[in-house]
Amino acid sequence: MLVRTIAAGTFTALAVLATGTAQARDQIQIAGSSTVLPFANIAAEQFGKAFAGKFKTPIVESGGSSAGLKNFCGGIGENTIDIANSSRKIRPREIEECKKNGVAEIQEIKIGYDGIVFASSTQSGKFALEPKHIYLAVAAQVPVKGKLAANPYRNWKEIDPKLPDQPIQLFIPGEKHGTREVFEEKVLEAGCHDFPEIKAITDAKARANACKAVRKDGLSVDIDGDYTETLARLQRTPTAVGVFGLSFYDQNRDKIQVATVSGIEPSVETIADGKYPVSRPLYFYVKKAHIGVIPGLKEYVQFFLSDKIVGDEGMAVDKGLIPMPAAERAAVRAAFGKGALVN
Amino acid sequence: MTDSTLRMSTADPLARTPRKLTFDSKRIRARYAAERRFRAYGVAAIVFGLAFLVWLFATLILQGYGALQQTRIKFDVTLDREILAPGGTVDDTALRTADYTAMVRTALRTTLGIGSDRVARREAYALMSNGADSELRRIVLADPTLIGKTVPVWISASADVDTFLKDQKQRQLAEDRRRLNDRQIAWIDRLTADGRIDRQFNTALFVNGASSDPEQAGMGVAIVGSLYMMLVVLLTALPVGVAAAVYLEEFAPRNRWTDLIEVNINNLAAVPSIVFGLLGLAIFLNFFGMPRSAPVVGGLVLSLMTLPVVIIATRASIKAVPPSIREAALGVGASKMQVIMHHVVPLAMPGVLTGTIIGMARALGETAPLLLIGMVAFVVAYPATPFDPATALPVQIYMWAGASERAFVERTSAAILILLAFLVVMNATAVILRRRFERRW
Repeated sequence: MLVRTIAAGTFTALAVLATGTAQARDQIQIAGSSTVLPFANIAAEQFGKAFAGKFKTPIVESGGSSAGLKNFCGGIGENTIDIANSSRKIRPREIEECKKNGVAEIQEIKIGYDGIVFASSTQSGKFALEPKHIYLAVAAQVPVKGKLAANPYRNWKEIDPKLPDQPIQLFIPGEKHGTREVFEEKVLEAGCHDFPEIKAITDAKARANACKAVRKDGLSVDIDGDYTETLARLQRTPTAVGVFGLSFYDQNRDKIQVATVSGIEPSVETIADGKYPVSRPLYFYVKKAHIGVIPGLKEYVQFFLSDKIVGDEGMAVDKGLIPMPAAERAAVRAAFGKGALVN
Repeated sequence: MTDSTLRMSTADPLARTPRKLTFDSKRIRARYAAERRFRAYGVAAIVFGLAFLVWLFATLILQGYGALQQTRIKFDVTLDREILAPGGTVDDTALRTADYTAMVRTALRTTLGIGSDRVARREAYALMSNGADSELRRIVLADPTLIGKTVPVWISASADVDTFLKDQKQRQLAEDRRRLNDRQIAWIDRLTADGRIDRQFNTALFVNGASSDPEQAGMGVAIVGSLYMMLVVLLTALPVGVAAAVYLEEFAPRNRWTDLIEVNINNLAAVPSIVFGLLGLAIFLNFFGMPRSAPVVGGLVLSLMTLPVVIIATRASIKAVPPSIREAALGVGASKMQVIMHHVVPLAMPGVLTGTIIGMARALGETAPLLLIGMVAFVVAYPATPFDPATALPVQIYMWAGASERAFVERTSAAILILLAFLVVMNATAVILRRRFERRW
C-alpha cells in the first residue's frame, strides 16, 4: 500500500512540475554586493508596497560584487539576473565578458556613497588617525632610516606620541571584500606616498605593492567574514582597531567608538561633502535588453533613484547610505532616462 | 603474565598447591581501576558533549527569547471616511491604496502633541515601525465597519524603541552613544506612563517575509520555502533511492561494475554540499532553464545530496529482512517481483523512512548549495508554488546574522531555535516510525 501511494504521489508531483515551468518571469531578479544589499532590500520592499497589485516585489540575492557581476554577464534571458549590485565600478574585463555573452548594453546607476570608518571598543583610548599612521601600523615593510625594513612598530605610541599607548592590533577587511580595495587605495596608498623611501621606487607597480603589502606577524588580521565578526573580535580584544561601514558603526554606537581620520569625524555630512577621505561610490548595473521585457524593471530603477529612497531624508539614507548631492542625483536620473550605456 | 601462570598450572596441576590460582589482589585492583578509569573517560566524553549542547541552548534561548515579544504602541487612529471610502461606498482599491502611513502619523502627532516642527516630527516618526501602514491596512481590511470611527490600534514600535526597552543598559549611555535621543526617550516614558506601550507576542516573526525593518521581519517565507524543498526531496529522493537500492540489492549481478557503483554511492555521500550547488547551477538553471531562487531547484539539488543516504539506508534495511520471508513467499508461488513488492520492501519501509528523514534533516540545514542557485535572497512575498522565489530557514539565519541592526541579533537566535525545533520534530518522527513499525526477528 505504502509503496503504491508513494509511487502515485511521485507521478502527480512530476506532472505538476512539468506544467509549472513554462511561465514567463514577472519578478525582477537582483544579485551582488552585500554592502549594497541593505539599500537594495529597502528599495525592493518599498517598491513592492508602492506598486502592490501591479508589480511583484523584486528578489535581492546576496553574494558579493564579483559573483553578482559574473552572474550578470552570464547572458541575456529570463534565467539571468536583471540587475547586479556592486560596491565598485565594473571592470573592463567584466565588460568584455558581458559583451562576449551577448550583454552588450549595460546601464550604470550610482546610488550614493559608503563611508568606511576605523573604530575601537569603547574601553579603548580615543584615536585621531592619519592615513600615514595606519600605513605605518599595517604595512609589511616601512621606511626606517632611509630604507624599507620589516615593520618594527608594536605600539601606537611608537608611531606618533599623540596616539594612545596601546599595542597595535588591527582587524582589516580580507582580500575578497570590496572594502579592502578602498582601504588600500584611500588609506594605505594615501598614507605611504609622502615618504621619500617610497618615492624613490621608480616602478609604479612595485611602489603600489610596497604600500599595499600587509604585515603577516599577527598584528594585522584579515577578516573574511562580515562586520559582525570584526565587532566580536573587538569585544574580545578591547585595545584593537577595526574597519567598519559607517552604517554598522551607527547601529553599534554603544559598543564601539569611531576614530577621526585627518581630523575629520566620519558622519553622513562629512562624507557627503567629501571632507572625510575614506569613502567609495556604490552602484548597480542594469541590463538594457531586459527593460520592457521584465515587468517593472524601469519603474524599479526610477523608484530607487527617487528622493523617497536616496534623497537626503530617504529610507536608504536612514539605513546608512551617504546621499549624493541633489545635482548629482538629477544627473544620474537624466542619464538613465536617456539610456546612457557603459562602454 | 596470565599465560605463564596458566601454563604452569596446566602443566602439572596436582603437583602444586593452588597458591598461584588465588587472585593476586594488587593486580586485580589495578585492573578494576583501569576499568573505572575507562568508564570515567566515557562519562567525561558525554559530559563534555552535553556541556557544549547545554551552553549552546542556553545562549540561544537567553538571546532569542526576547524576539518572541515585540513592543507595540497604542494609538487612537481616526479612520477617515473621506479617505477610505470616498463617495460613501467602500471600494476595495481605495481601501488597499489609502495613505495609512499618514493616518498613523497623525495619530502619533496628536498623542505626543507635536505641531509643525519638522525635526520633532521626524524624531517622532522614528518611534514607529516603517510597516505601520501595512499593519493598519490589515486591520481595516479585516473589519471595514471600523471606517469612520476613531479606534484604539496597537502598532509595532520601531526596532530602536524595542531594543531600548528590552536592554536596560541603553538608558545609562551618553546621548551620542544611543540610537534614541533624550527627547525620544522622554516620549517613550510618557507613552509608557499612559499605558500606551506594551510588549505583545511577536506574530510577525513567524508569519512575515523578509524585511529591512527588524520589527517587520519574519521567517514565514523561509518556513514555506523549506517545506516546499523538503516535499521535493521526499518526492524525488525517496522513490529514486528505493528503486536504485532494490535493483542493486535484489537484481544486480555481483561484478566489477556493481562494485564500482557501490563505491561511488558511498563516495557521493561524502561530497561537500557546495559541489551539488555547482551541479545544480550547471544542470537545472543553465541547461534545463529552470527559474532562479525557486524551491523546486533547491529541492532537486538537496535530493541529489540526500540520494546516497537513502540508497545506503534502504540497502541496509533490505538486507535485514530475513531470507526465510523471501523463501516462504517463493515457496507459496510468488514471483520475484511479488516477493519484493509485497514482502521485502514493505518490511524494509520503517528503516527506509528513518534513513530518508535523517537525510532530509541534514538537507534542511544546508545553505551552501542554495547560494549558487539564488536562494540566499531577500524575499518578501510568499511563494504560491514551488516555482516562485523563496528562501530557506538556514539562509534566513545567515542573512540575519550579517545584518547590522541590533534587533536582528535576538531574531537570529530565535530563528536558530525555530530551525532546531524543525530538526527535533523530524528526528522524533524518525524515531517514532522506527519504534512503531520496525519488526524484530
